[in-house]
Amino acid sequence: MHGLLARTLQCFLQDNYGLGTWAEIARRADLDSPDFEAMLDYEPATVERVLAAAVKRLDKPGEAILEDIGTYLITHRNNEGLRRLMRYGGLDFIDFLHSLEDLPGRARLAVADLDLPELELCDREGGGFDLICRASSTHPRGLGHVLVGVLRAMADDYGALVILAHAGTRPGQERIEITVVQTDFATGRSFELGAAPPSQVEGR
Amino acid sequence: MSLPPETMATLMPLHMAIGADGLVVSLGPTLAKVLGPGEGEGAPFARLVEIYRPRAVATVPALLQLAGRKLQLRLRGRAGLTMKGLAMPDGRGGAVLNLSFGIGVVEAVRRHALTSSDFAATDLAIDMLYLVEAKSAAMESSRTLNRRLQGAIQAAEQRAFTDPLTGLGNRRAMDQLLQRLIRGGERFAVLHLDLDHFKQVNDSRGHAAGDRVLQAVARTMLDLTRKNDLVARIGGDEFVILPLGLTDQERLSDLARQLIARIETPVPIDEGACEVSASIGIALHDPDDPSPAGVAGLLAQADAALYAAKREGRSRHAFYRAALV
Repeated sequence: MHGLLARTLQCFLQDNYGLGTWAEIARRADLDSPDFEAMLDYEPATVERVLAAAVKRLDKPGEAILEDIGTYLITHRNNEGLRRLMRYGGLDFIDFLHSLEDLPGRARLAVADLDLPELELCDREGGGFDLICRASSTHPRGLGHVLVGVLRAMADDYGALVILAHAGTRPGQERIEITVVQTDFATGRSFELGAAPPSQVEGR
Repeated sequence: MSLPPETMATLMPLHMAIGADGLVVSLGPTLAKVLGPGEGEGAPFARLVEIYRPRAVATVPALLQLAGRKLQLRLRGRAGLTMKGLAMPDGRGGAVLNLSFGIGVVEAVRRHALTSSDFAATDLAIDMLYLVEAKSAAMESSRTLNRRLQGAIQAAEQRAFTDPLTGLGNRRAMDQLLQRLIRGGERFAVLHLDLDHFKQVNDSRGHAAGDRVLQAVARTMLDLTRKNDLVARIGGDEFVILPLGLTDQERLSDLARQLIARIETPVPIDEGACEVSASIGIALHDPDDPSPAGVAGLLAQADAALYAAKREGRSRHAFYRAALV
């Protein structure tokens, strides 16, 4: 499994709960090294162990933690680069939803060996969408919950009013129900093409 | 064939329609935005764009001679952007010139605050911007990893040259410095120090006490030498000191006597003090008359001097003389 996923979990715990809490969770998860490297590979079981330790330490259900990770990915100031990349998906939230099937391909453009679950967007009768997330055995479990967090944060980012529900897991497949109530409900955050942070463009 | 302006504008936001007379008939909305206020529709096309490759052209017939070929051009005026172009006849004696930012798209987008609606949905420009940002982020990640690895390598090297018990250098650190000093043609002294009565401490008080004696001795040696001198533990109770720049026999003798005196100060450990002493052999490296066996030869000389000191009754120092070998 790609180190970016493992590293994300670590950064989330460090940024939201502090270095001490992370150190404690890493110790409980019995990690060889208390740091994940974004560019190395890890066993999915290792990451699941960290998550299990976080559930105990934070006294919070795993699904809630995973969803918080999704929100963190889009809203935390350390991840502004990622938010921008996601905003390339489209002009409004509907556009963005339609671009989600391209997401694994786009991720591979950036990091060739980053393997994200395949996504499929289906129209539901009577409006709304189902997003199907197909994870393989190389993925840690529960990525659908992360996705719910990402979608929730992106809806805010676009200023859209949406209702999201994780609609359950079947083997190798998670389903998310999306109802878009209004695409221009509030003023979203700005996204200017030419406003990439300098550290991102110049790679400092 | 004549297309409605809306169609032209949406398919080719960066186009310029040029009449047979060479005057600009219409501009795509993004091109108009980049050119800014000033001359536009109705002006001669050569006043808006300077086509310079494959060759300079300023008239419609000259432009149409280059139909279908890649053009390089510069926008006139303040913008001054370099762009790629492609011109084709419009079927009415004029031409349609379509433009692209090419590789300069990142800069153009920033300078003119362009948005994704300034590009045709089929244009790869947005994907290119995405890629630039994504690659920068990935590169930054990889750079961070490299920096951390570098730090880890330095720490590992440090460990590889350090004796973990005393924090002094080890044999590898000594070998490396000796080789460098000899290569550098410097004159320097080697002090080979061996503890006396250390075995008794180990046997009677145990290894933990022995370790604490070694640590105390290490501190003493660091106290009496300077920061850049090398103090290395090269065996159980064997040490080498390279006092850089100190080659005067009298001053070396002073240093050796001070070392021995301080090492003989009893080390208080638990209920009783441990007493050891030291013998020191000193060899000098003379770049004009080096030992033929290099580092090993020099160490053998220091070793010979050390055993001379031991033979003479321990707790003393001796200099290497040729007669000793």
